[in-house]
Amino acid sequence: METILKISQLTKKFGSLTAVDQLSFSIQRGNVYGILGPNGSGKSTTLGMILNVVNKTSGSFSWFEGFESTHEALKKVGAIIEHPNFYPYMTAVQNLELVCKIKGVNKGKIEEKLKLVGLLDRKDSKFRTFSLGMKQRLAIASALLNDPEILILDEPTNGLDPEGIHQIREIIRKIAAGGTTILLASHLLDEVEKVCTHVVIIRKGKKLYSGPVDGINASHGFFELKSKNNDLLIQILEGHPHIAKVSEKDGLVTAILAEPMEPETINEYIFEKGLSLSYLIKRRESLEEQFLELTKQTHSA
Amino acid sequence: MIMLRLLEIEFHKLRYSRSAKILVFSYFILLSFIALIASIEFNLGSLEFRVADQGIFNFPFIWHFNAYVASFLKLFLAIVIVSMISNEYSNRTLKQNLIDGLSKKEFISSKFLTVLVLSLASTLFLFILSLILGLSFSDYTEVSIIFSDMEYLLAYLINLIGFFAFCMFAGMLIKRSAFALGFIFIWWVLENIAYGIMKWRLFRDSEIADKIAGFFPLEAMGNLLIEPISRLGAVQSAASQMGSDIEKDYSVHFTDLLIVMGWTVIFVFLSYKLLKKRDL
Repeated sequence: METILKISQLTKKFGSLTAVDQLSFSIQRGNVYGILGPNGSGKSTTLGMILNVVNKTSGSFSWFEGFESTHEALKKVGAIIEHPNFYPYMTAVQNLELVCKIKGVNKGKIEEKLKLVGLLDRKDSKFRTFSLGMKQRLAIASALLNDPEILILDEPTNGLDPEGIHQIREIIRKIAAGGTTILLASHLLDEVEKVCTHVVIIRKGKKLYSGPVDGINASHGFFELKSKNNDLLIQILEGHPHIAKVSEKDGLVTAILAEPMEPETINEYIFEKGLSLSYLIKRRESLEEQFLELTKQTHSA
Repeated sequence: MIMLRLLEIEFHKLRYSRSAKILVFSYFILLSFIALIASIEFNLGSLEFRVADQGIFNFPFIWHFNAYVASFLKLFLAIVIVSMISNEYSNRTLKQNLIDGLSKKEFISSKFLTVLVLSLASTLFLFILSLILGLSFSDYTEVSIIFSDMEYLLAYLINLIGFFAFCMFAGMLIKRSAFALGFIFIWWVLENIAYGIMKWRLFRDSEIADKIAGFFPLEAMGNLLIEPISRLGAVQSAASQMGSDIEKDYSVHFTDLLIVMGWTVIFVFLSYKLLKKRDL
């Protein structure tokens, strides 16, 4: 698979503060990546470095396997960082024409992209008259003008009302469905969970995890069980070779799996031991639980 | 080709900005007001005094005179230069330009190319204006006289480029138009204070202070075009009647041209370094 971006040991220090700490990951064509982390975890700084606006302290990154200089490579990238930045005195079309000139692409796609984000009827309005949601949509249209190899979005729904959030997510979904590689930075788990195939989780500038969204926790999920005799239940579960850990809370027994196992199998096993269950469900941790688990681990470590 | 692309980008930014357009237009209109000097007439009792008859529009003196007068109007364009830099910061479009694939070098180049084009346009405008005024009012219209002393136009061009490069640097450094213009003014005050200290304290009764001050950017720009008024016949004769001869070197010095060009290079280079070092 073709590597679009490779980051290795990238570090940024602001004085004594290390905003990004030896971060490494790479982005392959065709996937939708999420950079997930709480506010201030170094997401925007990382994007700033690969986009040529923040100077790195050490480490390296290369676009498109290093065949081009960063600013040449950026002409094949579409990116929106934080707030949409345009010339307030220009209309939507005039702003996009300028972007075409900078990226060196022809103006033919302006109408098409404005239509995609639903701004065609406001194309001759000045940027300063736009609402935040419209500004954000114009930014997406602008990022798409060159039909980019990769679209980078930093907190694209930040500060928008539910209607705006919905519109932006629909647009992202449409773009992703078209096969464009996307890198999406967000502190919102459900946003990443809904859109991304791969995720990089960072906290305090350090990478905690990178890989497929469903592989965050190597765990095979867990069972929640209830019976009339929970003590015996726990005893039986602890005796099973495929169960890693058993705990009880408010009458609900949780058994974390060490190996994959179907609910039928455990049900039969417990029944053979002479106990019948009143409640059994198999669950996987949601990304949110896994995310909290991951960030908690390093916190106590 | 590359330069054309950068100029096109900057022109696109300026052409839709109403304030930039108004300032540039008023600049060129004010430049052409130099022609109005011709119509100034005094009536001092029985004495009739017409400025146009005093020889200010005579070739080749007109090159010096017009270049000197026009150089004051550059403040109008200075506002355009400073705000075309600082607006990129306040609108955060500088950041977006870089993300869109403009390199930092290209960004500075596009601004400096604009400085060059505006300076050249102004010089060309002044050339045509002076030519027309001269041809209408000059006592001498031989081609060899018309096109002598053209170095004043070169001095004018270098003066504009140097000053605008300084404005560009101030804009990059301060990021706010008003404060950047304030910075230039404070710089000018500081140059004068430094000169004053040298002249009246450190190196009294010697030329050393003037020599050193000649290397200050604004002072060097000023030295390019010495005031032409005392060159006028009427002023000269009035002075000699009062018993003092005005002895002044009005010529354009090669060293001054070199110093201002040196500062231009320094200002552009520092602007680039500043942008390169900054996290946006």
